[in-house]
Amino acid sequence: MSLSEKVLTGDVRAAARLMRDIDDNRPSAVTELKQIYARTGNAYIIGITGPPGAGKSTLVDQLTASFRKQGKKVGVVAIDPTSPFTGGAILGDRIRMNRHATDDGVFIRSLATRGALGGLSRSTSDVALVLDALGMDIIIIETVGVGQDEVDIVKAAHTTCVVMVPGMGDDIQAIKAGILEIGDVFVVNKADREGADRTARELAAMLEMRDTPQGDWQPQVFKTEAQRGTGIDELVGEILTHRDHLFSSGLIETFLRERNERHFVDILRDSLYKHAMAFMDRTATLPRVLDGMADSSIDPYSAAEEVIAEMLGYDPQSV
Amino acid sequence: MSERTLRILVGKPGLDGHDRGAKIIARAFRDAGFEVIYTGLHQTPEQIVSAAIQEDVDCVGLSILSGAHNTLLPRVCQLLGEKGADDIKVFGGGVIPEDDIAGLKSAGISEVFTPGTSTEDIVKWIGTNIRPRA
Ligand SMILES: Nc1nc2c(ncn2[C@@H]2O[C@H](COP(=O)(O)OP(=O)(O)O)[C@@H](O)[C@H]2O)c(=O)[nH]1
Ligand SMILES: [Mg+2]
Repeated sequence: MSLSEKVLTGDVRAAARLMRDIDDNRPSAVTELKQIYARTGNAYIIGITGPPGAGKSTLVDQLTASFRKQGKKVGVVAIDPTSPFTGGAILGDRIRMNRHATDDGVFIRSLATRGALGGLSRSTSDVALVLDALGMDIIIIETVGVGQDEVDIVKAAHTTCVVMVPGMGDDIQAIKAGILEIGDVFVVNKADREGADRTARELAAMLEMRDTPQGDWQPQVFKTEAQRGTGIDELVGEILTHRDHLFSSGLIETFLRERNERHFVDILRDSLYKHAMAFMDRTATLPRVLDGMADSSIDPYSAAEEVIAEMLGYDPQSV
Repeated sequence: MSERTLRILVGKPGLDGHDRGAKIIARAFRDAGFEVIYTGLHQTPEQIVSAAIQEDVDCVGLSILSGAHNTLLPRVCQLLGEKGADDIKVFGGGVIPEDDIAGLKSAGISEVFTPGTSTEDIVKWIGTNIRPRA
């Protein structure tokens, strides 16, 4: 049996191996993904983003417990940064989720960014597809949480939760540009800390200041104590309300089209790049271009157009 | 074809209370270019094995200070075997007496690092003994 066939029968080891092949860019992974694609699209994907230390992993642990109580199978993808200096990474999100390690209804996978910048790894969408094919009802994706431009999660997740902590009031002013736009649900975690009410109020005020067209989703602010499990039921309730809104408003169609576009264009870009590099290798183009640039007999713009023209039999100049 | 990145689970089974050594080794592995899945304190062998499989690691490094190494380490190897995952290598470190090493190796532990082994030596051992899977 192939890995994909095994995944479709619920084989955990096969799923884990396929995820590795995806992450490591093995050509075989593409063959396997083709086999499972038609059997995906059933899982509901929840994104959890916010700064490091905000309590994202602890919250994922609580959400997982809550969905398990409802009998749902839960997949988790947790992303941490790759060190730009060594290429290594410490992936520590599982520390907060250990109680689910031996639950057959939970599959947790840690991924390193491996150079990707949008808060996810390049492999995240495809790893989520494997979890979907494995039969997970809910998939929770925890982003890296270091940058301010972690917008990839919005395209990957049906519902995106932005997690903040008390005392970020001043920062909210600074970061509002990006952060207010990406959340469907806002969470002030560590509500046991001083200033939680104030942060929640300020955040709510800023959200209300935006003009949301009539009938559009209006994000709300929820307070949680992930460590003690307080406020989790309300948060889960809001995520499910957002899901209902997506479906009843028909916005789900737009979301899926945009997600699919992103997924396809990403694959196309990676694939074009890979083919171009292989083509240049075969035709020994790179040294020739570099020689030409050294004595200014060729410019890099024309060289790139020539590679594309030769490779695809298509002249970029003609468009 | 692209190179595989080595993935290692570092965990600390048993009941004793600090993970300083495990964290130091996790950082050394990261600096050597490995992806380290760090699972923290108080892990049961069942939790470690389940995590190792879900994370598709090439090996598992366990730090043990409690003196329970003679039960915990062989148990991890046994469970990996039961799950058809005995290609995942297991090594241990911490406070393990020389006299116990031979017994642990015959139970399937690939290597045991005694106190005082430098992180460089452990990284070097990985480099020569653990290959990312095909
Ligand atoms: N005081 C308090 N600490 C919390 C709460 N939730 C999480 N933490 C702690 O915050 C730290 C970071 O949590 P973690 O989930 O790893 O955050 P992440 O980096 O966003 O994934 C840990 O020490 C948690 O125990 C909370 O509600 N209150
Ligand atoms: Mg985390």
